[in-house]
Amino acid sequence: MEQQLKIDFEKNLKDLSYSDQEKKFKETNFKEFLKQGFPNRKLENWKFSDLSQIIKSNIGELAFYNDHSKENQIDKIELINELEHNKLIIVDGKIEKIDFKFEDDDKIEVLVEQAEKNITKNINSLINLNNAFSNKFCKINIKKNYSLKKPLVIYHSTNKNTHFKNINLRIDFKLEENTCLRIIDIFKENSEKNFINVYYNFELDRSSILKNYKIDKIINDNVKYSYNNVKQEANSISETFILSSGSKFFKNEINCDLQGQHSSAFVNGIFDLDDENHHEIKSNINHLVENTKSYQLVKSVLEKKSKAVYQGKIFVSSEAQKTDGYQLSNAILLSENSEFNAKPELEIYADDVKCSHGSSSGSLDENSIFYLMSRGLNYKESKKLLINGFLLDVIEKITDEEIKNLIKDLMGVKE
Amino acid sequence: MRDKQIEDLKDYKYGFSTDIESIKAPKGLNEDVIKFISNIKKEPKWLLDWRLKAFERLKVLKEPDWQKPKYPKIDYQDLYYYSAPKSFKDKPKSLDELDPKLLETYKKLGIPLQEQKRLNGIAVDAVFDSVSVATTFKETLTKQGIIFCSISEAVQKHPELVKKYLGTVIPLTDHFFATLNSAVFTDGSFVYIPPGVRCPMELSTYFRINASDTGQFERTLIIADKGSYVSYLEGCTAPMRDENQLHAANVELIALDDAEIKYSTVQNWYPGDKDGKGGIYNFVTKRGLCKGKNSKISWTQVETGSAITWKYPSCILKGDNSIGEFYSIAITNNHQKADTGTKMIHLGKNTKSKIISKGISAGFSDMTYRGLVDISPKATNSNNFTQCDSLLMGNKCGAHTVPYIKNKNSDSNIAHEATTSKISEEQLHYCQQRGLNPEEAVGLIVNGFCKEVLQQLPMEFAVEAQKLVGISLEGSVG
Repeated sequence: MEQQLKIDFEKNLKDLSYSDQEKKFKETNFKEFLKQGFPNRKLENWKFSDLSQIIKSNIGELAFYNDHSKENQIDKIELINELEHNKLIIVDGKIEKIDFKFEDDDKIEVLVEQAEKNITKNINSLINLNNAFSNKFCKINIKKNYSLKKPLVIYHSTNKNTHFKNINLRIDFKLEENTCLRIIDIFKENSEKNFINVYYNFELDRSSILKNYKIDKIINDNVKYSYNNVKQEANSISETFILSSGSKFFKNEINCDLQGQHSSAFVNGIFDLDDENHHEIKSNINHLVENTKSYQLVKSVLEKKSKAVYQGKIFVSSEAQKTDGYQLSNAILLSENSEFNAKPELEIYADDVKCSHGSSSGSLDENSIFYLMSRGLNYKESKKLLINGFLLDVIEKITDEEIKNLIKDLMGVKE
Repeated sequence: MRDKQIEDLKDYKYGFSTDIESIKAPKGLNEDVIKFISNIKKEPKWLLDWRLKAFERLKVLKEPDWQKPKYPKIDYQDLYYYSAPKSFKDKPKSLDELDPKLLETYKKLGIPLQEQKRLNGIAVDAVFDSVSVATTFKETLTKQGIIFCSISEAVQKHPELVKKYLGTVIPLTDHFFATLNSAVFTDGSFVYIPPGVRCPMELSTYFRINASDTGQFERTLIIADKGSYVSYLEGCTAPMRDENQLHAANVELIALDDAEIKYSTVQNWYPGDKDGKGGIYNFVTKRGLCKGKNSKISWTQVETGSAITWKYPSCILKGDNSIGEFYSIAITNNHQKADTGTKMIHLGKNTKSKIISKGISAGFSDMTYRGLVDISPKATNSNNFTQCDSLLMGNKCGAHTVPYIKNKNSDSNIAHEATTSKISEEQLHYCQQRGLNPEEAVGLIVNGFCKEVLQQLPMEFAVEAQKLVGISLEGSVG
């Protein structure tokens, strides 16, 4: 693999003209990735999901070079009809279309950047990989006091001939003071057996609101990793919702730094897994100043040989008095081969805080089934009704009515 | 008056050391030292071979470093692995022959060895440095067929039992500290309860590290045969010393069909002074195996001492319908650090486990609850309930919760909850309004917070533990 990596990296560097500084940035990242490789179970963060092993058994040998010189066809991509929206279409990690037709032109600034000036923080080897190979990254600035009228839908797609590839994508968002942005990520690939690595960087200025809904519903054989890095100033709100269902493997990692007073973060997730799918959500909520709040709710329904992992961490620094942190995960295991692992972690250095977490896992409640069946439903209907109700709890947490209904339709969940 | 009391309590009550000549093995860790220990204890060859095998294994093992409290590297060659009071060379036949200085030490510790022993009805196996001092109440126990003696004695008198069970729960190939113990363990207690016998009294051991530069490596082995019951108490203190001392004990419990073992610890090793200098490193491996059907193992611990506490008393629930319980109070003050919790490994059908953990941190201390609940695919219809609560006093300390929850069986349920908070102003205000001063109020509230665990302790220990809770937190309020 190392040989392949080096060849592909050289190709990638040649393809685009980089300044010396950018080259250096990419090389440093590349070296770091070479040193560490794909994360494995020896790392605490990857204890329950050995990515190196997962890639080996599901994909085999990966190639890292993507030819971005020719344009990909985008007319075959199925768009959402139920909802008027702005579009961002990505094929093989390349942004093919940016369309903000519902918005005021002067309020949104889209920049294409080559590379960061220097590495501010070494997060993990996958981010290094992303930095080394993602060609250009897009930076979207929302200007002061502007709320987007329609949500932005980001379509993640691949060319149908793309197989056994590593695809990297990075987008940075800056929300200036008093702005609001809603993002829906739709994962819908046209090819199988790829490793897709998505890295979002959010900067939330004072009183801004970010809502990010990630939807992975279509059944596919790809291995995915997504990292959201959110920095929040005073009075800002971030809401993340993850529907984790279709991919072979999907790990969603959310890192939230609450660095302004009265900022709050919400992370909600649903695992709806079947077959041998293996999904994970890892959250890192860092309460760094006083009066911040976080709330996390993750529910799982696991069929067949599926496996769900939830690692939620609340960190409270010694300055962050009056923190309110809450975390709950529930799982229903429907098959004897399914598996649920959780590591709800609290790391607290301040005393005037209210932090708690709860986690439960088990089978469907036989008494409830009995109750429903005694009222004339058959077993299948009873089971469906109970699971619907169970998942609806999380969906109801979505604060945007339009999108809530869209997700309800998508999941076939009715009230 | 109160000020004086606090002044007295502030100093470690058990911080005296006794001037007794002792025999030490040469400093360092090597085959000769192991042979020396084995030889002086007149051990059979199989045990020496077993120790040497452990030592071989130790050479390739690395010290673990994933724990939260970090500590300076321990130089294992700079420790004495054996230290025994000189007057022990010819073992005393009865209590009257004991060195009076020793007895005085125990009196200061408040161990009921002489007159108190009959009043309290506790059979004590006191371990002074590395050799068991005297075992009381032997006769009463012998009548019932119960074996309660030091492990060195058991090796001599009941080799078949020791050979059969030693290392079955904590194998030679375990982690670094457990293997180190297997290689150099000096003494400890051995308990065997024959089938159908309910041990008529609480068995108890008191450990005490006296000589400086010694590591204490005891090994305790408790076997409860079919249908038997035993409750075992363990208490620990150590004299005040500037340098850190290592304590790496192994405790193995085995419960056969329908047997029950209750193991209670009140740990009050020297925690270091208020600047964090000195103190004991308490790296203990405790593991219980519910081997038979319907067996039960219950751990109760009150951890107030030690500079660093790093231990996870665990239960392997192998027999069907077996039960594991873990009740813990851990208190850290000043610069103390603790990383403690439990492991519940469900292997058999219908197994149940319950974890109640209460952590209190004050001063500059740091406390971590780390636990594992693992329900294997075959453990149908198993249940776990975990509750871990932490209380913080001041913003210089930390409280962390790191539970690992693995459920691989759809018919099994796991429930886990944890909270972290501080003592509310309302509660304090209410108590003070009724005439308590702030410290008393805190003591009262903390005791209430710990009540669920304190209730699990046998009567005599509960009183001591309650007092310890109060002492440990003195000076942390206000």
